[in-house]
Amino acid sequence: MISLAGRDILHAWGKFFFTGIGLGLLIGVTLSMAGIYRGMVDDAKALLDNSGADLWVVQRETLGPYAESSSLPDDLWRGLRGLPGVADAANVTYLTMQVRRGNEDVRTMVSGIAPGAPGTPGWPPFLVAGRHLTRSHYEAVADIATGFAIGDRLQIRRNQYTVVGLTRRMVSSNGDPMVFIPLKDAQEAQFLKDNDAIHRQRRSTAENPAFNRPGVPDLLAAVNAAQTESTSVNAVLVRIKAGADATETAETIRRWKRLQVYDREQMEEILVGKLIATSARQIATFLIILAIVSAAIVAFIIYTLTLGKIREIAVLKLIGTKNRTIAAMILQQAIALGLIGFVFGKIVATFWAPHFPKYVLLMPLDSLRGFFVVTAICVLSSLIAIHAALKVDPAEAIGG
Amino acid sequence: MKRQPLQTRTLSLLAVLVPLLALFGYVALRSGPLAPVPVGTAAVVERSIAPGLFGIGTVEARYRYRIGPTAPGRLKHLTVDVGDTVTAGQFLGEMDPVDLDDRLRAQQAALQSAEARTREAEARHEYAQSQARRYEPLLAARAVSEEIVVGKRSELRIATAALNGAREELARLQAELEALHAQRGHLRLEAPVAGLVAAREIDPGTTVVAGQPVLELIDPQNLWIHVRFDQINARGLAAGLPARVLLRSREKVLSGTVLRLEPLADAVTEELLAKVVFATPPDPLPPLGELAEVTIELPPLPAALAIPNAAIQRRNGQLGVWRIAGERPEFVPVELGAADLEGWVQVRRGLKTGDRIVVHSHVPLSPRSRVKEVENLLEIRS
Repeated sequence: MISLAGRDILHAWGKFFFTGIGLGLLIGVTLSMAGIYRGMVDDAKALLDNSGADLWVVQRETLGPYAESSSLPDDLWRGLRGLPGVADAANVTYLTMQVRRGNEDVRTMVSGIAPGAPGTPGWPPFLVAGRHLTRSHYEAVADIATGFAIGDRLQIRRNQYTVVGLTRRMVSSNGDPMVFIPLKDAQEAQFLKDNDAIHRQRRSTAENPAFNRPGVPDLLAAVNAAQTESTSVNAVLVRIKAGADATETAETIRRWKRLQVYDREQMEEILVGKLIATSARQIATFLIILAIVSAAIVAFIIYTLTLGKIREIAVLKLIGTKNRTIAAMILQQAIALGLIGFVFGKIVATFWAPHFPKYVLLMPLDSLRGFFVVTAICVLSSLIAIHAALKVDPAEAIGG
Repeated sequence: MKRQPLQTRTLSLLAVLVPLLALFGYVALRSGPLAPVPVGTAAVVERSIAPGLFGIGTVEARYRYRIGPTAPGRLKHLTVDVGDTVTAGQFLGEMDPVDLDDRLRAQQAALQSAEARTREAEARHEYAQSQARRYEPLLAARAVSEEIVVGKRSELRIATAALNGAREELARLQAELEALHAQRGHLRLEAPVAGLVAAREIDPGTTVVAGQPVLELIDPQNLWIHVRFDQINARGLAAGLPARVLLRSREKVLSGTVLRLEPLADAVTEELLAKVVFATPPDPLPPLGELAEVTIELPPLPAALAIPNAAIQRRNGQLGVWRIAGERPEFVPVELGAADLEGWVQVRRGLKTGDRIVVHSHVPLSPRSRVKEVENLLEIRS
């Protein structure tokens, strides 16, 4: 018993193989697109994982701190820390901004983390190089995607920070890499204006007769001091005690502290369901279109391949080959083509994934699903080709 | 003969397919969750660490003299400007006396007129006294009626009272004059100590209220740094510890000493306050208010087990480290002690010398991860 499909592929294996590679590139793009979507969702989840919090306490009536801005007094954590069920509470600030690196700047999310030791909510959970912050000012831990190296100086607003540690996969929900700096510096960076703005503000305050009164010479200085102070943070990250009920603690905070509290599930819902919903749908739509296009192309390729050897099929029929044998040949060829395409697509997708500027997450389950879809598409499209092959009149072998 | 071309074809097909499948196998196993996690490890060692404290402060003058008038008025002139060095008692400027000189003259005139009135009262008193003295013997000789003598006695007492009143009035006016002189003297602004003029807040012609500073003097030999340490990182802060001071405008690190730890901490910013003095006054003098980074090194602790702080992770609410046990890591809860500024943390319990622990990892670890030790995690892409 000889394999008709194998013999036919071997007959012109170069052509067959390169068609498979072309198909593979297309499958690779489709897999990458799925990876981009998974990457976006994973970015959002990474942000939540990395904060190490069980509850997020934010300003009332806001979806903060990631989806909306939220502002809380920075001494609020003390009250939360004392509530039953709360193991730890730490202030945190988030600010998406350009950070200067030499002559260029990098888009980052700067996070101010409360003083303490590693393991405090908000601190990066793991490092790939260097150490955690030890000084309460002017040190930074940066994500490796920012391009900084240990010992680099980076500038945020007017202050320079030394990079002492590097971390990985610490990104905002937009995929911007994070930079961790001490909370007090971050508050300054977030709420303190630049020097020119402060100067202008002082001047305009001085021109306001309500604040600059001849009889009360100290009033102006007092008003200026009050204006440049910053005592706000974006959120308080709460870690609950082992065994305590998160929902109950959240309810206590909501009821007695009159603040908005989100737990992990709600936060994920906000990030995945609201913040990246539109762009995720955009990608999902494109993914569906890409899948349909791929299926159409596979069908065309197999159909053309079959039509290309219509004369040989006619000869086969003429010498009395069974229809089943011919159909099996076309089906096997289609599946072989799909397999080559899938293997090549998976390889290229894996190799080009790290070169994307944003995270691309290729999940093995997605690949498996892709494999079955590719096989199904190949089988379906071979049906058309089989139909065309079986319709061939054996006379064509002689006529042509 | 017939097999030859077929074999070549098969071989070349295999030559392409086998590497492709091998690559696929590699890709499937070496990426994604099946791949081992590259980690950077370190051995737990005994070492002595010197904990340090890091704070931010501003340069301030230890003594500040704010000089201004004691009464409201207008500034007439100033003889010094910012940056001038002054000696103790030096005349610095003067307030405009406005009508004070006129009031002084009026007071002098009033004093003279009071003196005149006193002299008049003295004359009246003398006359009444002599009258009384003349009539007393006459009454004894029954030459005049008693009524007249009683009248004379009464006149004497009235004249005495008038004289006393006039003298007191004179004393009052004298005192008022002295008060005016004193006020006039206070219009002069003088340096209470030798120092440097740090600020000139008001210029001549401006009206100032009582107590408003016009000039500010500082003692340039007595500068200190008002340093703020975060409370959570200020264990062991005490007076007398050596400090390293880096001023924002300078490269060189200056040395200093903790003068005192303030008994009152800042409750709002959750910081401890301390004063650090320079070992030798810096030259040139740093401007007051300049930002300074202060590092205080505590005495080294005896050698104990220490690990890099990058190794510390929190898992299920417990602090611990990942210890390498074969190919898989295991999470060991630890109890931590003192830490220094270079990132070393003492371990009180949980580890022993020579244990290999994960310091850096490519992704967060779990007990099911397989690990692979590498030298440099930064070289790994993806």
